[in-house]
Amino acid sequence: MNFGFTEEQDLLRQEVRKFLDASAPMEQVRKIADPPEGFSRALWKQMGELGWLGLTIPEAHGGAGLGMVDLVVVLEETGRTLFPSPLLATTLAASAIRDAGSEAQQARWLPRLADGSAIGTVAVEEAGAAPDLAGVQLAGRRDGDGWRLTGEKVGVLDGAVADLLVVAFRTGAGPGDVALGLIERGAAGLVVESTPSIDATRRVARVRCDGVRVADDALLGAAGAAAPALARLLDQAAAAVTAETIGAAEGALRLTVDYARERVQFGSPIGRFQGVKHPLAEMYVDVESFKSLLYYAAWCLDHGEPEAARFVSMAKAYAGEAYARIGIDGVQLHGGVGYTWEYDVQLHLKRSKWARAAFGDPDHHYDRVARLRTEAR
Amino acid sequence: MDFQLTPEEEAFRAEVRAFLDEMLPPGTNTADPTFLAEWQRRVREKRWVGFSWPREVGGGGGSIMQQVILKEEMAKRKAPPLGACYMGLAWVGPAIIQYGSEAQKQRFIPDILDGKYQWCTGYSEPGSGSDLASLQCRAVRDGDVYVVNGQKIWTSIAMWSKWIILLVRTGPPGVDNKHEGITCLLVEMDTPGITVRPIRNMAGGAMFAEVFFDDVRVPVENRLGEEGQGWQVTVSALAHERSSIAEVEGLLRRLDELVELAKTSVKNGRPVLEDDGVRRRIARFETRIQAMRMNGMRFLTRQLKGEPLGAETSINKLHRAELEVEMGDLALEIQGGAGHLEKEVDGGRWQRFALSWPEVVIGGGTPNIQRNIIAERVLGLPKD
Repeated sequence: MNFGFTEEQDLLRQEVRKFLDASAPMEQVRKIADPPEGFSRALWKQMGELGWLGLTIPEAHGGAGLGMVDLVVVLEETGRTLFPSPLLATTLAASAIRDAGSEAQQARWLPRLADGSAIGTVAVEEAGAAPDLAGVQLAGRRDGDGWRLTGEKVGVLDGAVADLLVVAFRTGAGPGDVALGLIERGAAGLVVESTPSIDATRRVARVRCDGVRVADDALLGAAGAAAPALARLLDQAAAAVTAETIGAAEGALRLTVDYARERVQFGSPIGRFQGVKHPLAEMYVDVESFKSLLYYAAWCLDHGEPEAARFVSMAKAYAGEAYARIGIDGVQLHGGVGYTWEYDVQLHLKRSKWARAAFGDPDHHYDRVARLRTEAR
Repeated sequence: MDFQLTPEEEAFRAEVRAFLDEMLPPGTNTADPTFLAEWQRRVREKRWVGFSWPREVGGGGGSIMQQVILKEEMAKRKAPPLGACYMGLAWVGPAIIQYGSEAQKQRFIPDILDGKYQWCTGYSEPGSGSDLASLQCRAVRDGDVYVVNGQKIWTSIAMWSKWIILLVRTGPPGVDNKHEGITCLLVEMDTPGITVRPIRNMAGGAMFAEVFFDDVRVPVENRLGEEGQGWQVTVSALAHERSSIAEVEGLLRRLDELVELAKTSVKNGRPVLEDDGVRRRIARFETRIQAMRMNGMRFLTRQLKGEPLGAETSINKLHRAELEVEMGDLALEIQGGAGHLEKEVDGGRWQRFALSWPEVVIGGGTPNIQRNIIAERVLGLPKD
């Protein structure tokens, strides 16, 4: 029994933290997040060289061949300073191709995603729909040896800079009739529009398909049979967002604890007062707890454990709630300066709004936990 | 990460399961006195009573992982307790094993293991609850005896106990260390001058009592540890596992019962369990319970590596406090207008549950005390 990280994983964490401390401390983050692209191509290239972009890509395709637990380590660290980069998006696209793509698709895309020469993303969510199988409504119409896609995706991570999109669409009226198609930047009929977020460190886009053509050999698996691959992708996405949220929430807690130790009122650091101390203790309880759930969920994903879905949803629901609370309490405990653009704690409040909703809000995931419990009986 | 058990651990789990299969066939009445006597004899024979204690004092010498496995399997099967001397096994025995004289060990440990009589713990006082170190119950040395005067409160099962482990003041608190001047005594409850007055709790029962000491004479040989060492004596504990596994299994079972209640209760013509709000609250409970389990596994990993566990175990205490309160509350809410009736649904078991949480929520440190502990010892915020 060992619910801890290996020495290699601890080293990986140190390496990532050192890199980010040196290249992208919090004061740099806002500069990096500046328009137009919202991330640093130079740092992106270095991350590729360090092997972090290909962490979960098989060695045969230029990656490190590691798993979700290893990815969690990296995402926690990039989350800690809200480091802006298409790492999350690219990793998810790579995972979908790794898990469901043909040998040819893997050989074509994985090496480029691993070294950073291509940026990938996934387009699943649609306006007004839940991020799940039933919510995929973007229509595919049969067209010779391929499909014509018409419809719109929203909240596509780093869509504006993506070279490759994994798009979920409907191939028929049956509940499971969905496909995952690979669409390249610049494809005819593809309109990508950046949708500015209140959180400048996170870029999302609206993606419209006006008759975009996807050939059969650009589908991940067979048409109409992608439901299991989509379910897996959504679990990986929810887990990855939660991993980032661990680091982010710890970052917000650290900022607020430091402030509470330094700020003096009524002749004492405010961190001595229980009205300040107790919410901070609650933050710690919550972060440690959804962290434990997520670690186990990641291990389950790596080992094909049937409990994976339940634990991903528990972790995501808890994290979404807790980080939102931490964002609000963090700003409040900072008092007036928490409201200023200058202080960093407000960045967490903004990020928490994204993290709570991304790939399913707490209600969505609690509903799933309740359903999986009933089904398990 | 690796959640596999070693072959030896698997073998131990199989041994526990086989024993439970044999002892607890379906339909066993675990409240039957004849069964219970046989159960206690058998588990004592297997050395599962005092399983974490060293073998040389009569314990089981169980490793941390074996303790976890045993507790988990027992809890899953709703097995009766291992041993009958609850406070003795939990608190008194470990203190005697670590600080007791040879004579004290021989006198008390076998009786605790055999469950011959009950022990109670005299720690809290009317004026010393969360701030326990401020205790005032006084012992003055008079030749070969200490003369004890003062009062204890919240003493669980005092009315049925033969002995009490008592914290008394034998000197003033230190300037820097308020834990100085406290001494631990072992006192027989029928000593002249002791009066026990049960306290009725809000559920109507009386499990704890006030205990008054009026010139109670205690032989010096019944002092546990040195004079002034009382605080260490009682906070020390043997290396028992800290995975929360027994609490988690108990809460999961309670959750199953709550789901069953929601399934069989009807509101507006349909089962309450179909209500989205109720479903989400139950899912939230499950999430917190599983978080406790996984937190516990992380604590356990650190314990197995020999790292010290400190204030972080307060995390699970806070979760449990919240769960005990909220699960009982939801149960009564599900029952609607009958929620406040004493015995209308399920013989009143949910009402008893909803009125009993203070035992675990307040006993052993209130939630706000746990938050102070985390804030000061983990987050490094200044002390009050």
